[in-house]
Amino acid sequence: MANIEVDGKSYETDEEGYLINLTDWNTEVAKYIATTESVDMTEQHWEVINFLREYFEEYQIAPAVRVLTKAIGKKLGAEKGTSEYLYGLFPYGPGKQACKIAGLPKPTGCV
Amino acid sequence: MSDVKKFMFVNRKAPYGTIYALESLEVVLITAAFDQDVSLVFMDDGVYQLKKGQQTKGIEIKNFSPTYRALEDYDVEKLYVEQESLTSRGLTEDDLLVGVTVLSRAEMGALMDQQDVVLSF
Amino acid sequence: MLHIINKSPSNNSALENCLSIAASGEILLIEDAVYAATKGNAFEAKLRDAMGHLKVYVLQPDLDARGMGDRLVEGVTAVDYGGFVDLTISNNTCQSWL
Repeated sequence: MANIEVDGKSYETDEEGYLINLTDWNTEVAKYIATTESVDMTEQHWEVINFLREYFEEYQIAPAVRVLTKAIGKKLGAEKGTSEYLYGLFPYGPGKQACKIAGLPKPTGCV
Repeated sequence: MSDVKKFMFVNRKAPYGTIYALESLEVVLITAAFDQDVSLVFMDDGVYQLKKGQQTKGIEIKNFSPTYRALEDYDVEKLYVEQESLTSRGLTEDDLLVGVTVLSRAEMGALMDQQDVVLSF
Repeated sequence: MLHIINKSPSNNSALENCLSIAASGEILLIEDAVYAATKGNAFEAKLRDAMGHLKVYVLQPDLDARGMGDRLVEGVTAVDYGGFVDLTISNNTCQSWL
């Protein structure tokens, strides 16, 4: 168990930095987690983050990378549904980094 | 490919009362990453896992029923439900939250016999 | 006496055994036992028989969680957690069938 501090408010995370309470998430928290991951948030990054949050809202899981890649391709266009594109945005893995920034649990099936 | 095995997950427990349904779902999602031939069977009280309209706010347990609809994204497309189990619970195919193939008890037995690995939950 | 059952009737004999013993009193169905009080369930007839001499309750949040809120057998009373507590108070003894 750990804590992060954003705008004077404290949020609980697990030892890897994932938010404990999914309802704690907001864009300021997302920006803060992004800095801890050395990710510079651009419009393209937000697009993936928002996609992940919508996916979670609908299916109650964080998708595995393979599933995310395919689903992004369907929703945002084939040129974005590739691992090159997603790893370009999130070098340490879209599953791991993007889910953390999106305030979701680690993807199921991700070890 | 010769190393693809036929995996069958047999779900026979109602959701929430025990942890089996959720555990099975998680194992299925993980197995899906290994490109095997995966079938899911819902029979006996397991058919309740797919009942539409689950609202778990009152019992403060995560409602994992929407995740069954994500199975398609994981290329898990073989979902079988036993007819007799539905009937004896007053349920029909329309009560289920995903598209499934309904089989008779005898057909289910035959399908089970064709598997390489059967995991029961 | 209040009998509390938490297992599905198709998977466990607790409810059936309870009904065969209890001549009077009240029964509260919780968790997976709520399926016993849903229309079309194979156990429905046995439950209706028992309702002649026993008062049957179900826990509403457990019914809703299972998507069965709209198919409760008539004559069965749904209670919330507060009602659950009231039943344990209004009855001198409670038995949770395991």
